[in-house]
Amino acid sequence: MVQKLDMLQETPSQTAGPYVHIGLMPSYTGNGGIYDEEIGVSPIAAGARGEIIEIVGSVCDGTGWALRDALLESWQADAAGIFPGQEGADPGVSGHCRFAADAVSGEFTLRTVKPGPVLHRSGGRQAPHISLWIVARGINIGLQTRIYFEDEDNSADPLLARIEQRPRVETLIAKKLGPGQYRFDIRLQGAGETVFLDL
Amino acid sequence: MTDLGPLIPRNRAIHPVPYDPDYKTSVARSPNLPLLSMESGPSEETGPVFGHGRIGALDNNLILNWTKGAAPAVGERILMHGHVLDETARPVRNTLLEIWQANAGGRYRHKKDSYLAPLDPNFGGCGRTLTDENGYYQFLTVRPGAYPWPNRGNDWRPMHIHVSVYGHSFGQRLITQMYFEGDPLIAHCPIAHTIKSHGQLDRLVAPLDLAHSRPLDFLAYKFDIVLRGRRQTMFENKLEGM
Repeated sequence: MVQKLDMLQETPSQTAGPYVHIGLMPSYTGNGGIYDEEIGVSPIAAGARGEIIEIVGSVCDGTGWALRDALLESWQADAAGIFPGQEGADPGVSGHCRFAADAVSGEFTLRTVKPGPVLHRSGGRQAPHISLWIVARGINIGLQTRIYFEDEDNSADPLLARIEQRPRVETLIAKKLGPGQYRFDIRLQGAGETVFLDL
Repeated sequence: MTDLGPLIPRNRAIHPVPYDPDYKTSVARSPNLPLLSMESGPSEETGPVFGHGRIGALDNNLILNWTKGAAPAVGERILMHGHVLDETARPVRNTLLEIWQANAGGRYRHKKDSYLAPLDPNFGGCGRTLTDENGYYQFLTVRPGAYPWPNRGNDWRPMHIHVSVYGHSFGQRLITQMYFEGDPLIAHCPIAHTIKSHGQLDRLVAPLDLAHSRPLDFLAYKFDIVLRGRRQTMFENKLEGM
């Protein structure tokens, strides 16, 4: 016999299901007004410093069909690379947003401020990125990934450097469509499958 | 304040399998390729903070919140309560919990739900609260009904309440479902059984808690939640090689 490890185990996940919007985005499904203020309506407030950008995209299944029921959450640093809650953070950036695939087209839109590079514990610097968390019916545990940007220097990013198959790096990089406009498509499975993270 | 270390890596073995042919929708929505595992960094170790000012007095009372207290929802009145802890058994304080559920007849107030059970005009089906200083939370609601769903020929969801938790960092984010002790449909549910260990599935089944039930008012069910913890040693911030 040995001493016991006094650790608890994480609660197992379950799918968010098709009606996740009731709980997390009541307005999306016509239940607005139940709360005075919903959570994660926008990651920025008026006066947020930095470049305002819009990222559009979709979440496709293994057949290439865009999910109409996906719900996404984002978390990010401000334009200076400081996370909300940290010293010196931009008060105009809450950093957190909830957004859903359109019920008809499957397209989502995230309007936010472009984050700055973030310092890592080791002293290294991560290229500007937005963390994503994706849930839907059929997704049994929320999927983590990141949005990087085509027009930033991603060459020294420690996470991107860990991706063995170099063409897969592209799955994490938003394509620039025009000034402040990006496209980021997520593929859950199959050809061009997005790199999902376990961090 | 202690400089917390990285998040303890997630033990995927306790979680549901992403791909499960018995839950048909998972077949085309589960990644084929392995996840990229790395030590967490600031993007995962920080997270949104929600103040008490945003939470209304009725937000955790699903019996009354849809009508703003004007009329109670139909159904068996229950208290859902418990603690949110992390893997190191520390209470997770002031963290946002959100729940959503079907009404007593098994119908959701969602534009995509067309089940023939009627909507309850007095029930919205969502609630939220912040845990207190001990990580404790409570919701007052009605017991949700079981309902059929299109999967295999005759699949039914057991009674369940969906639960969303943040913790204090984005890497702790979790959505799960609470089931009810004694529900015979749990054994037949392909979503519940995406968790392959019976011992782990049992951890999602809330026991009847008579001690916290209120006589002549509601029954209580206890549902504790554990989120990922942080590694804390004296050696986290040394330079490499030291």
